[in-house]
Amino acid sequence: MTLAEAQSSALAMVPADAAEKRATRRSLLLLAPALIFLAVFFAYPLFDMFGRSFEGPEGLTIAHYEAFATRTIYIRVLVITFQIALSVTLLCLAIGYPIAFVMANASPMVMRVMLVFILLPFFTSMLVRTYAWMVILSPKGVLVASIEAVGLGTPKLIYNRTGLLIGMVYTMLPYMVLTLFSIMKTIDQSLTAVAHSLGATAWQSFRRVYFPLSLPGVAGGSLLVFILSAGFYIVPRLMGGDRDQMLATIIAYQVDILLNWGFASAMAVILLAITLVLFGLYARFVGLRQLLASKF
Amino acid sequence: MLTAEAPATNVSLPATDRNEPARGGAVIALESLSKTYSEVVAVRDFNLPVEGGEFCTLLGPSGSGKTTTLMMIAGFVQPTRGRILINGSDVTRLPPQRRGLGVVFQNYALFPHMSVFDNVAFPLAMRHVPGAEVRELVARMLKIVELTGFEKRLPYQLSGGQQQRVALARALVFEPTVLLMDEPLGALDKKLRASLQLELKHLQRRLNVTVIYVTHDQEEALTMSDKIVVMRDGMIDQVGTPEDLYERPETAFVADFIGEANFVTGVVTATTAEFATIEHPAGRTIRGVCAHRFEVGAAAVASMRPEQLWLATGRPTGDDENALPGRVTEITYLGEAIKYHVIVGEARPRLAQTLVVRERARSDSARFAEGDAVHVVWPVTETRLLDGRDDVG
Repeated sequence: MTLAEAQSSALAMVPADAAEKRATRRSLLLLAPALIFLAVFFAYPLFDMFGRSFEGPEGLTIAHYEAFATRTIYIRVLVITFQIALSVTLLCLAIGYPIAFVMANASPMVMRVMLVFILLPFFTSMLVRTYAWMVILSPKGVLVASIEAVGLGTPKLIYNRTGLLIGMVYTMLPYMVLTLFSIMKTIDQSLTAVAHSLGATAWQSFRRVYFPLSLPGVAGGSLLVFILSAGFYIVPRLMGGDRDQMLATIIAYQVDILLNWGFASAMAVILLAITLVLFGLYARFVGLRQLLASKF
Repeated sequence: MLTAEAPATNVSLPATDRNEPARGGAVIALESLSKTYSEVVAVRDFNLPVEGGEFCTLLGPSGSGKTTTLMMIAGFVQPTRGRILINGSDVTRLPPQRRGLGVVFQNYALFPHMSVFDNVAFPLAMRHVPGAEVRELVARMLKIVELTGFEKRLPYQLSGGQQQRVALARALVFEPTVLLMDEPLGALDKKLRASLQLELKHLQRRLNVTVIYVTHDQEEALTMSDKIVVMRDGMIDQVGTPEDLYERPETAFVADFIGEANFVTGVVTATTAEFATIEHPAGRTIRGVCAHRFEVGAAAVASMRPEQLWLATGRPTGDDENALPGRVTEITYLGEAIKYHVIVGEARPRLAQTLVVRERARSDSARFAEGDAVHVVWPVTETRLLDGRDDVG
């Protein structure tokens, strides 16, 4: 047997045996409490919502879905919702990638300081932070006043799409940065060194080696931010304009004011369905790559 | 602008015949190279010439500065002081991508998202080599490392040894004149390591590339190297061929680190140009060959290889041999040899010490038993007298 043969035969897969199956069963048993908790507090409400979306005065009906599909206003809200979610995702990516990159490649000390700053917002209520932004961005606020003082005109920074995006990007950025950071931390630094030794410039080694390896983080962070943004309520409600109302606001309106639980449920199901489709696409196209990267 | 863009390369030169690589390995000179990390000195005043096509190994325990030295040559670590010359030109301030050196890391550092082909083609792509030529060069390199047919595999689908060969192919495909290797076989099992050592050595000969190799494995260093640099605490302890280091160590550290050694410390009582006599406080007197000139009264240590020692029932009569009386405490049968542990100077327990004797197994091997009173005997010419200030491990 030559050396090459010996090496390839050592690569042969070991089949899963009975002991492994027993171990799987035992771990399922250990998981039971958590699974029961999820079933009661997560799955049940979901099924309940799903059921309600088909409930009418005279039993089962698809009237709620019909109403949604036939009224342009709701389709428009749906489009706006995904438009905004996409803008927020792209902005978070553009701002978050360099931050995560610097953090993942900084000295341990600098990295810790940066992490604290990124986690800091989570220590206060989101509502409080949103109100703080409203004060900063208000037409009589510091920011507008200083822009005016420099002579750059009087921008409108709140109660419109700009205000909405500022607020949402601010809220979503930590999720993007942390997801990117967690993947970037796993990228072997010697790969960049090796790329240099093989003749790559800084840009070439980033483009050909580092960036492709960070793609699972880009995809994961984008998906997370997109899904969170699509169902976001507080910031659009408080900082957006009348024309920037997203699906979650409409759902809340149906529940709180009109008490139309059936229609609200139907909209929630639609939002969930679209999100699931996106997730499926992610798993199909990016999941493979992520699986591959996790081998290292 | 052109020089800033294009990494150092030999590939684009009009090579006469690529199938018979006959280029010369580069000459390297390290001149008073030093590296200090805040307070800690990692490498101190390192001077070393490496000839073209030489296999030079930096050998030392962990923390001896060997990897730091290698990383300075590669360009990943900026030296605090000193110069690095490759073929006479100063590369100390050049970034790694412009030094044109092949580097192989211990963990192979293959690009996990690229196939074997793309990994090996990477340095060529960085040098804008045209596609057809890339395919040809990669195919030739994969043939040399015996990985033809593995082009489409991803690194994780390869065994450790195969990954190592890919890393090697990638470091050599652009025909660098220097190959730097940082414990490249460290993660492999013993048997595979032994066969790859030979392959690596053959490949180095065949491509006539200068190799600087870092390892802490003295056996590996002895097998592969033309020149071994033994490092300790960031400094060079001794430079020499494998034979030099094994047979003529200059410090007790080298004698101890390379192979096995018995040490008896003492004070020099008599000296001639070549030989000296030392005396241990417990009365052991030993004559040996001086590694350097000793003054009478200086501290010295006698170093003997276990295989040069043998056991005898009585004291030998000639003065070509040293002999110490002792008692056998342990016998280990090793197959081709028998190892005896003999305690000498038992009368004064605080000054007693154990010598290791390694005799080739013979038909009368069973002539000694544990507890027997014996004499440990060895030739004066096989006794090295080394500096006694050196700590003996």
